[in-house]
Amino acid sequence: MRIELNGSQHDISAATLAEALTELGYGGVALATALNGAFIATTARATTPLHDGDRVEVLAPMQGG
Amino acid sequence: MRLYDIDIQSRLLLGTAQYPSPQVLTEAIAASGCDIITVSLRREAARGASAGAGFWALLQASGARLLPNTAGCHSAREAVTTAQMAREVFGTNWIKLEVIGHADTLQPDPFALVEAAQTLCADGFQVFPYTTEDLIVAERLLDAGCQVLMPWGAPIGSGQGLRHAEALASMRRYFPQVPLIIDAGLGAPSQAARAMEMGFDAVLLNTAVAKAGDPVAMARAFGQAVEAGRIAYEAGLMPPRDMAVPSTPVLGMADLSLANLSHGGRS
Repeated sequence: MRIELNGSQHDISAATLAEALTELGYGGVALATALNGAFIATTARATTPLHDGDRVEVLAPMQGG
Repeated sequence: MRLYDIDIQSRLLLGTAQYPSPQVLTEAIAASGCDIITVSLRREAARGASAGAGFWALLQASGARLLPNTAGCHSAREAVTTAQMAREVFGTNWIKLEVIGHADTLQPDPFALVEAAQTLCADGFQVFPYTTEDLIVAERLLDAGCQVLMPWGAPIGSGQGLRHAEALASMRRYFPQVPLIIDAGLGAPSQAARAMEMGFDAVLLNTAVAKAGDPVAMARAFGQAVEAGRIAYEAGLMPPRDMAVPSTPVLGMADLSLANLSHGGRS
């Protein structure tokens, strides 16, 4: 299926958010995720299914004012 | 200073963006003496070296308390989702709530701000709302459950200082018990000192330090200005007067006039 992750299109075989992160090479621990604009907690990623056209955001700590 | 039942020593809060290098940022944090630094969340690249991981290590090493922001959010919903993501990553209920209403002025959207504050306070967040000096908006934010308010000094990154000083002074008088932190718009240590002399509890700034010729020295300068301004406020400033009043006693002054006829000339 094809999803949009951080603004880019990705073809993935993963079925869940957790699997998609692994497939796309995310290994860092300090990451937060959102699916279609809603927060998905770390503990819920493995049970969150993905569908064609889903929008995923993966965020990490960054400098801020 | 107590912020959400936490005792904070330094009355300077420092942003972590726009520094020339991580090393300069680390040194500036130390030189400022600040206890609280603001941080953010941004997109992490797939399959790349983690940009976030290095910054995360720097934050841990700094020892400062983290205040994550919702910078760049233009709706209550975006801000709420960002806050939830920040709470998980940074492990704190503190959130500097920014809901921007206008791209040019980066002015807070007070309606969306109150809406987001209500949602977040109900969800257990301890909200630091970036707001204007409007008293009614401030009341609504307090009603929502905010225990700290962060009125702007001037538009973010503008370095203009306290653009509406009289209105800010009114706000200070109107909410004597609420911790008020001037957030954004400060460009010089003198402006930070002025805010502190007016009785504000703290100031939050970023660009004025990060973009200084020597950010570490400027961080130290702001730290000292904030401390001086606070001590001055506690010491009690003299009220301004319209006319001159001699500071040196006039009693017992010599009469050094030249002519005899001048006797009585000084009455």
